Amino acid sequence: MINPGDTGFMLVSAALVMLMTPGLAFFYGGMVRSKNVLGTIMQSFIVIALVTIIWVLYGYSLSFGPDVGHFIGGLQWLGLKGVGLEPNKDYAETIPHMAFMIYQAMFAIITPALITGAIAERMKFKAFLAFIVLWSTFVYAPIAHWVWGVGGWIRNLGALDFAGGTVVHISSGIAALAAALVMGKRRGFRKEPMTPHNLPLTILGAGILWFGWFGFNAGSALTAGALSTNAFVVTHIAAATAALVWTIVEWMHRGKPTTLGTASGSVAGLVAITPTSGFVSPMAAILIGIGAGIFCYWAIVLKWKLGYDDSLDVVGVHGVGGTWGALATGLFAQKAINPSGANGLFFGNPSLLGAQAIAVLATIAYSFLVTLIILKVISALFGLRVAEDEEETGLDLSQHSETGYAFFDRT
Amino acid sequence: MKKIEAIIKPFKLEEVKAALSGINITGMTIMEVRGFGRQKGHTEIYRGAEYNIDFVPKIMIQIIVEEEKAAQVVEIIERTARTGTIGDGKIFVLPVEEAVRIRTGERDRDAL
Repeated sequence: MINPGDTGFMLVSAALVMLMTPGLAFFYGGMVRSKNVLGTIMQSFIVIALVTIIWVLYGYSLSFGPDVGHFIGGLQWLGLKGVGLEPNKDYAETIPHMAFMIYQAMFAIITPALITGAIAERMKFKAFLAFIVLWSTFVYAPIAHWVWGVGGWIRNLGALDFAGGTVVHISSGIAALAAALVMGKRRGFRKEPMTPHNLPLTILGAGILWFGWFGFNAGSALTAGALSTNAFVVTHIAAATAALVWTIVEWMHRGKPTTLGTASGSVAGLVAITPTSGFVSPMAAILIGIGAGIFCYWAIVLKWKLGYDDSLDVVGVHGVGGTWGALATGLFAQKAINPSGANGLFFGNPSLLGAQAIAVLATIAYSFLVTLIILKVISALFGLRVAEDEEETGLDLSQHSETGYAFFDRT
Repeated sequence: MKKIEAIIKPFKLEEVKAALSGINITGMTIMEVRGFGRQKGHTEIYRGAEYNIDFVPKIMIQIIVEEEKAAQVVEIIERTARTGTIGDGKIFVLPVEEAVRIRTGERDRDAL
């Protein structure tokens, strides 16, 4: 039966998650050089439009439609056929099926947008669009089905992912690694400084992400009540903890507390708590936040040693933070908080950690491999990178014939 | 006529402008510039990585004056822009061949 409170909560949550992608556009847009600000913002913004259409035409059916071999959803829900205003009892009993569908659409949107940080400042727009279509179809839809779809093999395994640690963050974080490797470094990488051109924009973006994340995690309860409250509270605690810890770690390592560090730490904490927000206590959220601040910071420092150009640190924040969160679910989850979840290692059930590890490894392997294949195919068809002179000019002018900031206002 | 180009620390601009107004310097052009001399640059930190930024922001003031006033202008800028620390900047004096006031067509001294 439809519950108006739950339905209202879910529609608002969907709107909150929608806002995260423009927030991400600002978060990334401020970190690139000024000649690429629009190109970077566009990569997030166009994804809202493109993935929405993919989702309603076939993406939702592939992700959540009737199971085919525990791997993918069937085509019965193409064009939202049968996805109506009555609840679907398998996914959410108290809201219209359509509300669940549009809520999930926002997750399908932000996930590929996250990858854009790894390919920033150098990808051809046409190749980018092709990448988003193929990645949404061949990476996002299957993984979403494995983990969340009824009949999906990871769901059957008993692995838990409350709001998308594997589906959203590990899948995008590992795709980012594959993309950074295939795309290669930006011209002049490590020879000339490539510093953020507008950090206030980045911090505004981080604030919007933090705000929207309440819809992401609390909304994943799919009801308004006790469980969504727990998810809301632990989400906030983990973000705050990781922001503090990252700031302290960077202060000790480099001698200064940076605003970008505090903002990055909050996002790392939000990533890490995502899979586990419906299963853990507030004190566990502090431990998860501490881990996120430390692990993600050092993962980014390690990037410089390994030498690949994951320009805006998608691997370090989303790949590493998502992996930590998924494994932490296996440690800190407790049935006392969510009876439909499971107990983790610290609550007497080591087997959950094993299931979590399998889910993590399967997501890493699948996302890396298929992303690699997709990029190789696009590379052969169109080429992935803009021409050298276009890269020097910047994406704003070369791809879009615009500039983000007018040198002279034409009065 | 002389052109005086002074590269100074940005926060000294108001002080220099006030001092020059005191000797009836009624116009100037300023530019935000970046450069380095002995001061070199500074270090910035983004996500745990250090970047050396060689070019430091400065203000360049351009003033055109009659020949006999140039020494006084230079002396005032030198005195007011000095902090005594590295990076205070430099002053250059160049000859100017011609000046035109666009509105009236006045030339040289009358155009200043």
